[in-house]
This record gives sequence, structure tokens and C-alpha cells, in this order.
Amino acid sequence: MPHVKVHIQFPEDKIKEPVIYQIGHEYNVVTNVRRADVRETTGWMDLELTGDSAEIERAIVGLRKKGVVVDPIELNVVE
Amino acid sequence: MATMKALVCRECGKEYPTKAIHVCEMCFGPLEVKYDYEEIKRSISRKKVQDGPHSIWRYADLLPVEGPVFLGPHAGMTPLVRAKNLGAYLGLDELYIKNDTVNHPTLSFKDRVVAVAITRARELGFDTIACASTGNLANSVAAHAAAAGMRCYVFIPGDLEAAKVLGNLIYKPNVVEIEGNYDDVNRLCSEIAGEHGWAFVNINIRPYYAEGSKTLAFETVEQLGWRTPDHAVIPMASGSLLTKIWKGLHEMKYVGLIDEVRTKINGAQAEGCSPISTAFKAGRDFFKPVKPKTIAKSLAIGNPADGYYALKATAESKGSMDMVTDEEVVDGIKLLAQTEGIFAETAGGVTIGVLQKLVKNGIIKKSDCTVAYVTGNGLKTQEAVIDAVGRPVRIQPSLAAFEKTFKMGKNGGGDA
Repeated sequence: MPHVKVHIQFPEDKIKEPVIYQIGHEYNVVTNVRRADVRETTGWMDLELTGDSAEIERAIVGLRKKGVVVDPIELNVVE
Repeated sequence: MATMKALVCRECGKEYPTKAIHVCEMCFGPLEVKYDYEEIKRSISRKKVQDGPHSIWRYADLLPVEGPVFLGPHAGMTPLVRAKNLGAYLGLDELYIKNDTVNHPTLSFKDRVVAVAITRARELGFDTIACASTGNLANSVAAHAAAAGMRCYVFIPGDLEAAKVLGNLIYKPNVVEIEGNYDDVNRLCSEIAGEHGWAFVNINIRPYYAEGSKTLAFETVEQLGWRTPDHAVIPMASGSLLTKIWKGLHEMKYVGLIDEVRTKINGAQAEGCSPISTAFKAGRDFFKPVKPKTIAKSLAIGNPADGYYALKATAESKGSMDMVTDEEVVDGIKLLAQTEGIFAETAGGVTIGVLQKLVKNGIIKKSDCTVAYVTGNGLKTQEAVIDAVGRPVRIQPSLAAFEKTFKMGKNGGGDA
């Protein structure tokens, strides 16, 4: 089953929202959080999305629509 | 050689074999190279280093390669310039410029990291090397691949300036222009690195590639007569350069080349892309991603992979960080050129601009031995200063016209 590792960052106003739960419900992907730091003013997670490739793609678009910054696990690789 | 022990997760400490991997399978943290310092200590000495090649490879014992074949034989050992004129201007007694504008073969510090990456890639059996880049990295990878006879793919955004594209094409790699914005390029390259069995220098070879930056620390210490400076001023893009200089200084102590590390590490960014410096100034240990908007394009990384570690290293060293406007970047380039005869690219302007601020704010004191890292050549970013350097003085082709323009007398002349 295809899987993608991503680093996501929440804007301050989204920290209280159950974004990961929502993504798991709205799209047919399994979310697996491996590392995270969520505080009052910031929040990020390293997670794996597993599912059909097209569905993973839709989930990433969905995360971005919710205002979440989605990057590859390596963050910015274009130097 | 082979003093590498393992790759180790910077977060959870899990160890991995020294293969082409870069992310911890447990916690997704980044991997870095772990060495057997006791073994290195037994074999390395100042004399052995000084008897070695005039390049980064004199420090091969502390680099993640097995040897004995090293690609990129001319990278490193760039001048440490005693900057008396700039020092006098800023009020510093002992200022040095580590001048990587003349690094070989492509005139930026990237030649150090790429030499290490391509050597390790070859050792791991790769025949194809790749990178995602908007400038210096692409130039260096393409040049090294040509010299090594390796296949090369360079991925660039579709809107890159013509001069920068030419700088890659001349070495005849496969230059792939990706239609889309920076984020699209970023993500596609991460996916390609995962799918193809290539050495992607700044993705799956990153643990080795990044280690090449340590040579800036090693050389500085050697060139200062085996002592560390009081202050280092370092430009930050991903933040990797700063963290590796910090690591390199400490490795020299671990293996007995020096007795102490007294350096305060200071990071420099441009205001239009300063996620790390902004976090530092706000007293935060985390940074917020930004959309870059600065002329210092070689530092324009909005979500820097080593940002957290750069903040940590700076705090450990009791150093500082600051940022400068694009106007101050141009002023910094001009100041360095006009005092020391060194033409730096925009990242160098950032370093000099922040150096000025650190002196002005009393963070760097008059008697502090200070090293400013200038990482790329100004010929690469001429567009940044084209409107800021004036025009030639135009005269008629006669001696009288010349002497009139320059107000020449019998005892010499003046400026126009």
C-alpha cells in the first residue's frame, strides 16, 4: 500500500482543531503520527499517510485547504 | 579510513547502517553520521593534516567517506583573509573573512558538500547523482558529475533566471524544469528521490552531504594557528551550515586537535526570509515557515530543515542571530568589495550586514577574534547590485579630457 511521509505545520488558529481526525474521516487514508510538538502558539507533526495514491493526494490537498502547511518530511529540499 | 560507525537519528538516537538513507524509520527524525572519535584520535594529528592534500580531503579522517579515492579534489582550503580594512571600518581589531567565493570548481561553499556527497555516492555504488536547486548547488553537482563521469539530473523551478540555467547546462547534465511553484518542485523531488535508485545529494545522501560543511570549521581553526575564533558569523538557509560548523569545532576538540572551543556562533538571514533569526529574536526554540521574498535567493528557504538545530547550536554557544534588509544586503556586498576586494554574492552581503549589526549592538567586541563566512561569488548574482554601483566615467578620447575630468595636476590626480 502506498504511503507518504509528511511534515505538517498548523497555523495558530488551527491548533485546537482535530485536523488529523477529520482527515482520517474525510479521506480513505490511515494517519500515523510519529513525532509532534503542539503548543499554544504553534504545532507541527511528522506523520505517515497510507492509502491509495490518489486518495493520499486528495488528503494532502484537503489538509492545505484547512490552512495546514504540508511539506515533505525533509522540509525544503530545493537549495 | 572508514571511521564512520553508523547513521544515528538526531531525535531518538536509533542507529542505522551507513547507507543512502536519511530519515529515521521510528520517529521520522533526520539521520546524521556518527564517528568513532577514539579511533580517529589515535590516527589524526596536526602534522598529518598539514602534510595532507591542499583541499578538504586533508580532513578525510573526519568526513563520512571510506577512501582512498576522493572526488572533487580541489574543494576547500580557501583563503582566510585578515580583513584589516573592513575591521578598521567596523572597529574590530581581528576580523577575518573565510573566502569561499574562490572555492573550486564552482565558486561557492557548495563545492565542499558536493565533493563529499559525490564521493560517498560513488562508494555506495550509485552511477546517477541528482539535486533540487535554484543555483549554487545545481552548478556544483553538475560540475562534479561531469568530472566524475556520472549521470546527473538537476531539477529546477520553471521560472529560474536564464543565467542560472546556463550555469547548469554548460556541464550537460539533464536539466529538468518543473512547471509549478517552489512547493511543487520541492514535493516532486522528494517523491523522485523515494522512487528512483539515485543519489539525491540533498535528500537521501543528505547525512553525508551536510558533513562537508564541517571543513569550514576545520580550515578556520588550522588557518588561525589551531585556535577557535571568539565569534563566527554564518549565513543561514537550511541552517545546516551553522550546525555543522558548530559540530566541526567540537570534533576538533574530541580528537585532540585543539583544547577548547570558545566560539560564539551567530546566524545571519535576510529579512525577507528569516524564519530562524525571527524565532531567535523572539526567544522561541521553534520557527514558523515563511514565503521567501528577498534578493538573497541562495538563502531563501522558508521551511528550513535544520532551523531547529541552528537555534539549538546558537543557544549552546551563547551566540546570536540577526537579519538585514535587501538594501543592507547590497550595502554589505559593496562594503566587502570596496574594503577587501572580495566580490560576494547576496549571501555574503547578508553575512557582512549582520556582522555590522552585531558589532553595533555590542555583541561582537573590538578585541574579539571574528570570522565572517562568505560563501559564494558575486559574479553569480550581479543582478542584485547592477543598479547600485554607478556608471563608468565617459570622456572624449583626448588627454585633455581625461585630465580635466579627473582634475589632474602635475603631482597626481583626484577622483572625477
